[in-house]
Amino acid sequence: MSTEAPPSDAEKPQLSPLMVKVNARLAPLILEHREFRGDDRIHVARENILAVAGVLRDDPELAFDLLLDVTAIDYYGQPDDFELRREVWDRDHVTMRRLPRRRNLMALPEKGPHPRFAVVYHLISTSHLHRLRIKCRVPEDDPRIASLTPVWPGANWLERETWDLYGIRFEGHPDLRRIYLYDEFEGHPLRKDYGKLDEQPIQAYVGPGAKEPRRPE
Amino acid sequence: MMSGAVGRQALVDEGNAFPEAFATTRLADAINWARKYSFFSYPFVTACCGMEYFSVNGPRYDTDRFGAALPRFTPRQADLLWVVGTITQRQAPILRRVYEQMAEPKWVVSFGACTSSGGPYDNYAVLQGIDRIIPVHVYIPGCPPRPEAVLDGLIKLQERVQHERPGTRWAGLDLHGSGRKLG
Repeated sequence: MSTEAPPSDAEKPQLSPLMVKVNARLAPLILEHREFRGDDRIHVARENILAVAGVLRDDPELAFDLLLDVTAIDYYGQPDDFELRREVWDRDHVTMRRLPRRRNLMALPEKGPHPRFAVVYHLISTSHLHRLRIKCRVPEDDPRIASLTPVWPGANWLERETWDLYGIRFEGHPDLRRIYLYDEFEGHPLRKDYGKLDEQPIQAYVGPGAKEPRRPE
Repeated sequence: MMSGAVGRQALVDEGNAFPEAFATTRLADAINWARKYSFFSYPFVTACCGMEYFSVNGPRYDTDRFGAALPRFTPRQADLLWVVGTITQRQAPILRRVYEQMAEPKWVVSFGACTSSGGPYDNYAVLQGIDRIIPVHVYIPGCPPRPEAVLDGLIKLQERVQHERPGTRWAGLDLHGSGRKLG
């Protein structure tokens, strides 16, 4: 997807020691690298996530033995952060304000031209004490990615959470059920197109204080 | 010697003060009077307000003064349901079931902002006030409520129980704790 190295990397020849090691082993699989306030982040194609994860865990120089978190980002209606966001971000730091805060009162913006979701992995090595983030873009019409439970068993509940709230399917997960919400819940509430105020009560509202559940407008 | 004689005389005087004594009251008032000083609590504690509930039930603020100290370990033995903390949509059926397990007569106190109205959590996950699924007799505001507010709520509930009339399921739900009409 991304073919040339980002310009900021060329201007910054000094990569962190961690990134030197990561590049030495995984350079062909890394689409992009960013550093933000001392933390490294790599973008990886979703087809390669299992291979990358295996190397990161098993290589003795990297030894990422702890998967700290799995979550996702919904870039609904936002310009892709591979290319467009960089200029705006460098110019000022207010680009995150594009989405209207109160969705129910305002029309949604046009959908962005790029894969809508990003799955984010936070890794830590407890022996080397370094950390790394991985981002994988996942398109809206096919929100699937390989499960990392074979590599880190702790990914089990984290991926269930991401499925529950963002609707990303993790292929090969042993038990991909909702973990926070109830089975009757429809949709995935942390997606930007889920109305913030939409209720789906499973206990009927009764008695003197009963009200109509809030529904999508 | 002398004081003993005086004390004996006082007893005799007191016995003569109300010859053939009796008091009249309405049966409902007598029953309510007994009920309001003998609450058996069931705390349904889900969130940070629980800390405040434990503190107010401790020796410093001492709800035992109001006859409402003894928590029961099952709703079947309780008549006062304290709902303390955020109630999510997922917990709502559980709370409803706990309420239904309690025998009549029973009362519900909504403890804190989240329980009464959802508090700051205005979203898909949180029930916007437990009065959507069970009747509530006293709302205690605060995030969390001060112990004084809790005691005030308890006293208002006592006043309200005193004004209740038996036989109506949600008796007096249109009344303030003081017995005044709402609105």
